[in-house]
Amino acid sequence: MRFDTPATTNPIDQLKIVGKPVDRIDGPLKTTGTAPYAYERHDVVPNQAYGYVVGSAIAKGRIASIDLSTAQRAPGFLAIVTADNAGRLGRGRFNTARLLGGPDIEHYHQAIALVVAETFEQARAAAQLVRVDYVRTDGMFDLAAAKDSWTPAAGLGAPADPGVGDFAGAFPTAPIQLDAAYTTPDHSHAMMEPHASIAAWEGDSLTVWTSNQMINWTVGDLAQTLGIAREKVRLISPFIGGGFGGKLFLRADALLAALGARAARRPVKVALPRPLMANNTTHRPATIQRIRIGATRDGKITAIGHESWSGDLPGGGPENAVQQTRLLYAGANRMTATRLAILDLPEGNAMRAPGEAPGLMALEIAMDEMAEKLGLDPIEFRVRNDTQVDPENPGRPFSQRQLIECLRTGAERFGWNKRNAQPGRLRDGRWLTGMGVAAGLRNNLLTTSAARVRLDHRGVVTVETDMTDIGTGSYTIIAQTAAEMMGVPLDKVVVRLGDSSFPVSAGSGGQWGANNSTAGVYAACVKLREAVAQKLGFNSADAVFGDGQVRSGNRTVSLAEAAGESGLVAEDAIEYGDLGKQYQQSTFVAHFVEVGVDVATGETHIRRMLAVCAAGRILNPKSARSQVIGAMTMGVGAALMEQLAVDKRRGFFVNHDLAGYEVPVHADIPHQEVIFLDETDPISSPMKAKGVGELGLCGVGAAVANAIYNATGIRVRDYPITLDKLLAGLPEA
Amino acid sequence: MSKVTLTVNGANRELELDTRTTLLDALREHLQLTGTKKGCDHGQCGACTVMVDGQRINSCLTLAVMHEGDEITTIEGLGTPGNLHPMQAAFVKHDGYQCGYCTPGQICSAVAVLNEIKAGIPSHVSADLTVAQQTTAAELRERMSGNICRCGAYSNILDAITEVAGGQT
Repeated sequence: MRFDTPATTNPIDQLKIVGKPVDRIDGPLKTTGTAPYAYERHDVVPNQAYGYVVGSAIAKGRIASIDLSTAQRAPGFLAIVTADNAGRLGRGRFNTARLLGGPDIEHYHQAIALVVAETFEQARAAAQLVRVDYVRTDGMFDLAAAKDSWTPAAGLGAPADPGVGDFAGAFPTAPIQLDAAYTTPDHSHAMMEPHASIAAWEGDSLTVWTSNQMINWTVGDLAQTLGIAREKVRLISPFIGGGFGGKLFLRADALLAALGARAARRPVKVALPRPLMANNTTHRPATIQRIRIGATRDGKITAIGHESWSGDLPGGGPENAVQQTRLLYAGANRMTATRLAILDLPEGNAMRAPGEAPGLMALEIAMDEMAEKLGLDPIEFRVRNDTQVDPENPGRPFSQRQLIECLRTGAERFGWNKRNAQPGRLRDGRWLTGMGVAAGLRNNLLTTSAARVRLDHRGVVTVETDMTDIGTGSYTIIAQTAAEMMGVPLDKVVVRLGDSSFPVSAGSGGQWGANNSTAGVYAACVKLREAVAQKLGFNSADAVFGDGQVRSGNRTVSLAEAAGESGLVAEDAIEYGDLGKQYQQSTFVAHFVEVGVDVATGETHIRRMLAVCAAGRILNPKSARSQVIGAMTMGVGAALMEQLAVDKRRGFFVNHDLAGYEVPVHADIPHQEVIFLDETDPISSPMKAKGVGELGLCGVGAAVANAIYNATGIRVRDYPITLDKLLAGLPEA
Repeated sequence: MSKVTLTVNGANRELELDTRTTLLDALREHLQLTGTKKGCDHGQCGACTVMVDGQRINSCLTLAVMHEGDEITTIEGLGTPGNLHPMQAAFVKHDGYQCGYCTPGQICSAVAVLNEIKAGIPSHVSADLTVAQQTTAAELRERMSGNICRCGAYSNILDAITEVAGGQT
């Protein structure tokens, strides 16, 4: 189905099931421990052996020699895979560094061997017996030091250094100016389920049960890396224990399980040990950002500039932290620039809301600072600089943009009028209290997504698509979509996901999954409705689907009967025209945070949080709300605690486990409120939906930072805002 | 190798295990009870929480052979998809999970936490050690803080536990 004109009224608009806060259909499996994750598939293939990964102990250099003899004599030893014996390996389209290093080493904890043994304990013990002599070479591990050796770099789909007007002329002449630098550290996805795979060969065909967000990308990259035809690779990933971008790509677990299974001649299972994950896999790169804003005295932005520096391995890409600045506020003279330095740290790549997450952490502090310089309320300053068109291309409107409504609604609900504009004035016992606000934007990305829908003789509708559910609720919203389209209750829908033998979907990333994958299911259901109507001799235009039946004129037939013994099947994809070019499609949020900062210790405690989102039709308010509160929680982590600490001499992330890399726990997070503004966006898709999973993270960090400033009068521009950065500025208790 | 007999969810299980095998791997790899999750294998995340003789522990931090004769309760022992434990049902109702990987550990911890409060065991945030402990939000958050949820379902998990706690008193 081609979608190239705005959606009109369609069966989804009935909203009998879509738009309802139904419980997740996979909830009973997840809460009873019966949802099968990758490493747990004892049921799929017998005789599984265990693989254990050996990671490089140096960041850059080469392996001079590797002695496997002791490991090979270890009890239970079955096989070992190294670059020496793995055969010729390619590199996946989405990988920067090779997934099996040696003799050259590109980063710390790059996998250099997989030891396969009968049991987990034996594999782990044998892996400790691999002796490696390295020749270490110097590398560049310090972004601040590498900053000046940058090259211009374009973000995904963006031109290098986009801008409009005359920023260089306009900024210095603006009556009110801000010129400030901000830093964000490297972040780790730290999903709860480690990267894990079970691989089994049958002749030259490979099946991998894995934990992966993007089935089709990863089938391609696994085939390309192994040098086999993609038709020979099957990936199965029905449940994924968190991804956040860390499981978008082929990683070492899947490749090494496949190589280990080939070497051991039996199925092999591999999970990355937690302490290996931060350095072996990808992370969100640190940024250094400079923001300049010029405005008239009445608070109209005349010039806005945003530059960002980040680093990556040779061949890698930048963190596109300036992306949102091209769209979020008005202003005639604009410049943005993305700079990429070569670093020899582990590979940087996408993490939830790549670009916007760190970009808004900086931009939305800058807006708070600018509002203060202008003597304006920070909400009023943002309202005055709202734009309903793409500021770089005013002929191109936003399809929907309710940012002002988000801010106004949030202000009222949060009690923003109780905020004291003078920072550091409110006290509650030992706590200095304050409120902060920030805006957020994340784009709605459109991409082809296909599904197959079956109707059987019991009237059960089965949806098959390689879409994944990484905790986002895909199972449920896809079931709601099929139920609404076919006119059946939710319990008459079966959803099967995450299998490369199913039609190729959008996958889970970039908050594009919900809208695109359900639109693909919509397209397939339209075809299935036509097939039903045709079989019954109905005119498909006036066939009505409801209550498990299809009705035309005075004829009513149950779907079960219509399907008959042989059943009916339909497959289609949603494919987009150029509505994404004609309109800027984005989602918007206003975040409100109240903090208390301990006047003696500088410890920050989050007291209240509210997010108001405008993101098209909300397909399931319950699971969508969970996406947003989860992102708010991750935003608190980024604001207050998360930081991969870089050893700048040896070139690795030091705190590479869940004890050292701190993420929010129960005690850090208060009750959270989320409001979705009533919105449908017919420009987006037949579902009129967009995404919220990344939107929820956009701006949270800055709202926390601004609340801390409001509480203490201390402006911290370097994340995370740990207590050591506040202590010197706190008043005498 | 060593023999060990455990009572798991009420059933006697005899195992012959490598002495290095953790209770977690005995459950997951040998008994194929994969509801108990391995998130870090280092006692840092709580995904492997089970109850041993009624007390919650990180099953990755203890060797299976240390539990001869012990009563182990895992998530599979609380309820099944067709017959959910009240805590499991409350997690579904309040959407107290997203990816589901930390969920069995959260639920096992939550069940144990309510028992700990009932038994009068104080926590770091208990103001008065001499009175009966209360199921306040602060107490629940403190006591649940060993169970990380990276998806960030904490606010919903708290609603789920609070509902079950209310039903118990």
